[in-house]
Amino acid sequence: MPTPTLPLEHATAAEPEPAGDVVVFDDVHLSFDRGPVLDGISFRLARGETKAIFGVAGAGKSTILKLALGLLKPDSGRILVLGEDVTAMREEDLFELRRKIGIVFQESALFDSLTVRDNVAFRLMEEGGVSEEETDRRVREALSFVELEHTVDMLPSELSGGMRRRVAIARAIITQPELLLYDSPTGGLDPVTSTTIIELIVKQRDVYKTSSLLVTHRLQDAFTMATHYFDRKTNHMQPLPPGGHTEVPIDFLVLRDGKVIFDGDSHQLAETKDEYIREYIS
Amino acid sequence: MAAGDFLSRVELISPTDWAKGKVQSIQEYSLLAVQSLANLFKRPLYVADMVQQADLIGFGSLPIVLAACFFTGAALALNSATTLSRFGAETVIGELVSLGIVRELGPVLAGLVVAGRNSSGMASELGSMIVTEQIDAMRALGTDPVKKLVTPRVISTIIMLFFLTILGDLMGLVGGNVVASMLLGMDSHEYWSNAWQNLVYSDVFMGLTKPLVFGFIIATVGCYYGLSTKGGTQGVGRATTEAVVTAMILIIAVDVFVTRVLMILLGV
Repeated sequence: MPTPTLPLEHATAAEPEPAGDVVVFDDVHLSFDRGPVLDGISFRLARGETKAIFGVAGAGKSTILKLALGLLKPDSGRILVLGEDVTAMREEDLFELRRKIGIVFQESALFDSLTVRDNVAFRLMEEGGVSEEETDRRVREALSFVELEHTVDMLPSELSGGMRRRVAIARAIITQPELLLYDSPTGGLDPVTSTTIIELIVKQRDVYKTSSLLVTHRLQDAFTMATHYFDRKTNHMQPLPPGGHTEVPIDFLVLRDGKVIFDGDSHQLAETKDEYIREYIS
Repeated sequence: MAAGDFLSRVELISPTDWAKGKVQSIQEYSLLAVQSLANLFKRPLYVADMVQQADLIGFGSLPIVLAACFFTGAALALNSATTLSRFGAETVIGELVSLGIVRELGPVLAGLVVAGRNSSGMASELGSMIVTEQIDAMRALGTDPVKKLVTPRVISTIIMLFFLTILGDLMGLVGGNVVASMLLGMDSHEYWSNAWQNLVYSDVFMGLTKPLVFGFIIATVGCYYGLSTKGGTQGVGRATTEAVVTAMILIIAVDVFVTRVLMILLGV
């Protein structure tokens, strides 16, 4: 599949990024009826960084994203997102904060009664104050980023799984959010489509410098992100030159039994002595 | 399956947990019901969604409401004629049908029909959105699902049930007239005069206050069960059934209280 065309004129790569953490989890505990899910989770996501979160099924990976959005409340602990304490915010105030965050759900979660155009434009239409022409222009731009302009009048039910996932990415990035959350964006997809999705995420990371949390159980996706960069000249994802992995702003977080057992870069992950992690990544 | 196997799979809930669950449900329902109306005073108002829902709820239910009221009016005339003929009072059939339909049967029938059709629709639609994470997506995109999905449904159901009841009342009277004139040989003019002249302000007020309450119940119950859906597609089916049953029971039970309160207020 050819690499999508990128609307580079709006890229913010050259602009200086303000320092500081975008997401901070501080000793977060959460239990459901079946038992504890998160048991004292702490980590930080720096601005412009991508953090890939690993763990077996049921380890609480998706729960972390829902907590970051304020869709769930922790039993204890503090969660700061874009400088705001989401654990202390009312739902009404959270709506304002969420407008600065984009999320791609595991099963896309597109509104099945709306066309692709209305799905992608949903946030713009809800915020109001954007003309029809401007909305159409931005929808086209977002869809061109994921190379799906031709689907603009289609319903989600007419799209394949990979296309739905790409529309969900377009919906998440249309307002150029400060933080992007990806919940298993390649789950259930074939390898070719998975690579396309990962390329889009790498492009978003390297061109727009958007901070992001990526939940996945596919190690190869995270390692592709750690070993590749997006080349604007060729408009393709390219492998990093040997020894260049530290130039890519990606970290790894490994969860086990509700606790963080690893938080570091790909180099540290490859050299870890932890048997569980070694077995997991082997 | 042996009885022992079956019993081992049944999850027993303590009475305390059951009671807590019920109290929590009532609390959540009350909160949703209050929020759905309070949102009317907050921007944005989603007028387009209200119009769309009004079309689905109102015009979609119109043929069924009219048919139900027509045949009920006809049956009421037929049944009452037998009793009234013993006293030589067939001429008051118009009065009996109009009072019965306008005060009681019109609003309750319209309410039950709309509950059967729309509470289930709302519960299944919102339930499906819950299980496919569309509600979470809406919240994540910065939109309040109660404001966007519940308030338009509540307002549209209240308004449309009011007008459906008026049309249903009229069809009920027409049904009574068809029976009175065609089967009982009664003069149509006499029927309509009798039906019209005996209706007073309090009858009409009572008959048109009830759909406002019933509409609120239908929409809030449907939306509550939809938004409380758990357990995938099976949960959607369960929520749909529970929404219809609860809405119908509530309409019939609340009808008694509303009737009594209005009787006291109107001095009937």
